[in-house]
Amino acid sequence: MIRFEKVALFYGEKAVLQDMDLHIPPGAHVALTGPSGCGKTTVLSLTAGLLRPAAGEVRVRANKLAYAFQEHRLLPWRTAAENVNLVLGDTAATLPLARHWLDMMGIADGADLLPAELSGGMRQRVNLARALARDGDLLLLDEPLKELDPDRRGSVLSLLREHAAGRTVLLATHDREETDALAEKVLVYRDGRFLPL
Amino acid sequence: MRRSATTAKSLGALAFWVGVWALLAVLVNRPLLLPAPWAVAARLIRLSGTADFWHVTAVSLGRIMLGAALGVLAGVATAVATGRYRFLNTVLSPLLSVIRATPVASFILLALIWVGRDILPCLIVFLMVLPVVWGNVSVGVAATDRQLLEMARVYRLSRWQIAKRVYGPSVGPYLLSACHTSLGLAWKSGVAAEVLTMPALSIGRRLYESKLYMEMTDLFAWTVMVVTCSILLEKLFTALIRHLGRRRSMGGQGL
Repeated sequence: MIRFEKVALFYGEKAVLQDMDLHIPPGAHVALTGPSGCGKTTVLSLTAGLLRPAAGEVRVRANKLAYAFQEHRLLPWRTAAENVNLVLGDTAATLPLARHWLDMMGIADGADLLPAELSGGMRQRVNLARALARDGDLLLLDEPLKELDPDRRGSVLSLLREHAAGRTVLLATHDREETDALAEKVLVYRDGRFLPL
Repeated sequence: MRRSATTAKSLGALAFWVGVWALLAVLVNRPLLLPAPWAVAARLIRLSGTADFWHVTAVSLGRIMLGAALGVLAGVATAVATGRYRFLNTVLSPLLSVIRATPVASFILLALIWVGRDILPCLIVFLMVLPVVWGNVSVGVAATDRQLLEMARVYRLSRWQIAKRVYGPSVGPYLLSACHTSLGLAWKSGVAAEVLTMPALSIGRRLYESKLYMEMTDLFAWTVMVVTCSILLEKLFTALIRHLGRRRSMGGQGL
């Protein structure tokens, strides 16, 4: 469950969010859309506890949170498999499971490569594999298909849809294909707030 | 192939400077002022045949390395603490700046009043190494990618995991660079402290006594020993780092 009550957030003088209310019940799949810089990622960061609101209250009830970041955020000194394994307990015993998730994402070949040796699209798939491997009941997805090759998008999207079942999903995107496939409800940015489409 | 060429060049440069030294010694022709390299080499060989020589070297080395190791540990701990708590940074920064700017000789003379002469070189090395490590590691901690730290927070990695998996590799190069710099600094300041405090078993005492009794060949022989130890320590450290780097890249997971 995610609940925002009268949330405001500023970057310097600029108000990114003002008096924002949001309620996402457990198991709901909600997408936030709007132009770049409107605050979609900010809402995800507030939900993840990475930012604190200047005013209002953010309440999140989830046992485990998984977050597929827009910027990958992979440890550059660890291989793809080791990056995924990090959220699985980081032991030798859990490494096969990390490889399994990479295999599901279609990058088994890149499992032993460092992020710098992977393409942008492959790094994004490692990022997604890490989020899915986390097995969280709340899944935050920030532009999940960004940088993916067109021929990969379909398979990754169906994997995400399959994984999203029974979990709460908050998605930030510009992409109509993503909202259609993953969200039951779409909120569009208007005048400092996200309002139903 | 390239490595052997580099070694040959280094040996060539060394031979050149020994040649310059030999030429000067012949021109000056006063062993009390400048002994010839062959006389120093002969004395060094004779000294190295005695148990006392190795005993003194080992004790000095141990004393200096203990001070350096404690300085590294304290430097890392201080950097972590000042990175974590801003008020500690405010409190400790001036103190560390003062330590950094104070001449070694002032520390030695002051500390002579407070601590025993056997411990003093160790303390001096500690004080020389600490600010170098603290400064470098602090830069490393501050340069650690915030986004990676946020990722670690979101995925609820333990403090130990964050230290090992995020801070460790990020700060590691800064720490290694500090250790590399500290090694030479420790050795030089440690021997200087020994010269002024003269613990019974120390290279510094042997250097001072050589000067006192005008045994210039001994003074040069001990100096050669100090330089050799410094170079060997640096090579050993570089080899160790290379070995660890290789193990890391081969081990991958490093569990």
